[in-house]
Amino acid sequence: MGRKLVLNGNHAAAHACKDARVQVIAAYPITPQSPLTELLSQFVEHGDLKAKYICVESEHSAITVCIAASSTGARTFTATSANGLLLMHEQLHWAAGARLPIVLACVNRAVAAPWNVWNDQQDSISQRDTGWIQIYCEDNQEIYDRIIQAYKIAEQLYIPVMVCFDGYILSHTLMPVETIDQDSIDEFLPPYKPHITLDPENPCVLNLVTFPWIRQDHPDIEKLGGYPELRYQLQQTLLSSFEVIEQVDREFGEKFGRDYGLYIEYQCADADYILMAMGSIASEATVAVDLLREEGYKIGMLSLKLFRPFPAEILAAYADRAPASTYIIIERGLSYGYEGAVCTEFKAALFTHQIQKNVHNYLIGIGGRDFDVYQIIEATKQSINAIDNGQTYKEMEWINVQK
Amino acid sequence: MPIHSLKDRKMPISSIATPIEGEGGRTGTWRTERPVLDPTKCATVKQNKLVCLLCWLYCPEANISRTIPPKIDYVYCKGCGACAEECPSKAITMEEEGNFED
Repeated sequence: MGRKLVLNGNHAAAHACKDARVQVIAAYPITPQSPLTELLSQFVEHGDLKAKYICVESEHSAITVCIAASSTGARTFTATSANGLLLMHEQLHWAAGARLPIVLACVNRAVAAPWNVWNDQQDSISQRDTGWIQIYCEDNQEIYDRIIQAYKIAEQLYIPVMVCFDGYILSHTLMPVETIDQDSIDEFLPPYKPHITLDPENPCVLNLVTFPWIRQDHPDIEKLGGYPELRYQLQQTLLSSFEVIEQVDREFGEKFGRDYGLYIEYQCADADYILMAMGSIASEATVAVDLLREEGYKIGMLSLKLFRPFPAEILAAYADRAPASTYIIIERGLSYGYEGAVCTEFKAALFTHQIQKNVHNYLIGIGGRDFDVYQIIEATKQSINAIDNGQTYKEMEWINVQK
Repeated sequence: MPIHSLKDRKMPISSIATPIEGEGGRTGTWRTERPVLDPTKCATVKQNKLVCLLCWLYCPEANISRTIPPKIDYVYCKGCGACAEECPSKAITMEEEGNFED
């Protein structure tokens, strides 16, 4: 039987790993991720999870152990935050390039310098181009559900998945979480079928030197691609993965009564303005929507769940359908020297599909700077006033910052 | 071979192969200088015993044999010069690759 537990986000993730029957875990503790791996090591120590927990000396080694274990056909997990994720960066590219379905929980935290252990999404946003799927969670139930889903997605596509959730706001906040009974999860998530397997009985070389040309002088010619060919397949699989991601989510919903989609909309049907955000900030934005609606503003909220692959066509079609003229994107990750990363992606999606909308961008609460609904309301009203005064375009703005 | 001539071959999603000699290609073509061993100076040859063999030990590509005399495999030797640097008898010298016909 599934159980109703009261869990923080870290522990929700650990329970999901246990229930997904993860076989190899390697992680290095870092705030605010540490309680996640501590509970996992406890599960392994007490025999609740039959997995190998491998202690390592750094995050680079943690992900490398996962790569090695995944190459032998094991279901693997790691978790990290901030500078730990940055230390993994090189191997994140490797995991995706080698098509290994590793699942990584990124407990979002600000990146140094200066040193800061609080929440924003700069860490995972900075891993945008590594070829990983990135899913952002809004609450602890979603963390549990998405990690289970992540294995099914990753193992179907042979692409690693990063499940991201906000440090402290979710990782250290208790919420009711419904876990799923083991039999149902086993039925939903069959054992991993690897596309390659390292085996001492049958030595082989994985991801060997791949020449600029397609090699003709190797006895295993059928098993070798060229570099651009292998990379092309990674890109094509990512671009066609929306269907799999949605299908897994739908199946999960049918079985367990909870699904999330690629985005969640709130009060958007008649909205002139739509707030858009990723992660826990989206929940906060729904409260702002309620308060602004009381003041008579026609406003809605769109919570984006998937940052990579970016659902450009899906969002453009949505914007084309929805009546809103203006999108107000609230972010906690910045592409330094330009603007919020989601804003850039969303504008590019609209431009590609020739859809004309006003898109405004606000950076709120980086480095854990506390933010509340009133700051979201302040940002929204700034945009509404600007548009009322004919200013459809404006640069990204920082909210609640001493300039 | 032009890429389009391979259009019927199904590409794998990642590369896997049984280990073979020269997996990284015939790296001897990278060489600009060639290590040449003078057996009259080589300790292994002079003592007719498997002694010294620092060239064999230090070669990063395992291209020098543990034999009397040690043999250098020019198909794969990249010409890094580690063997010449390490040889205590100065039996190995690096010579301009352009001076050789093969």
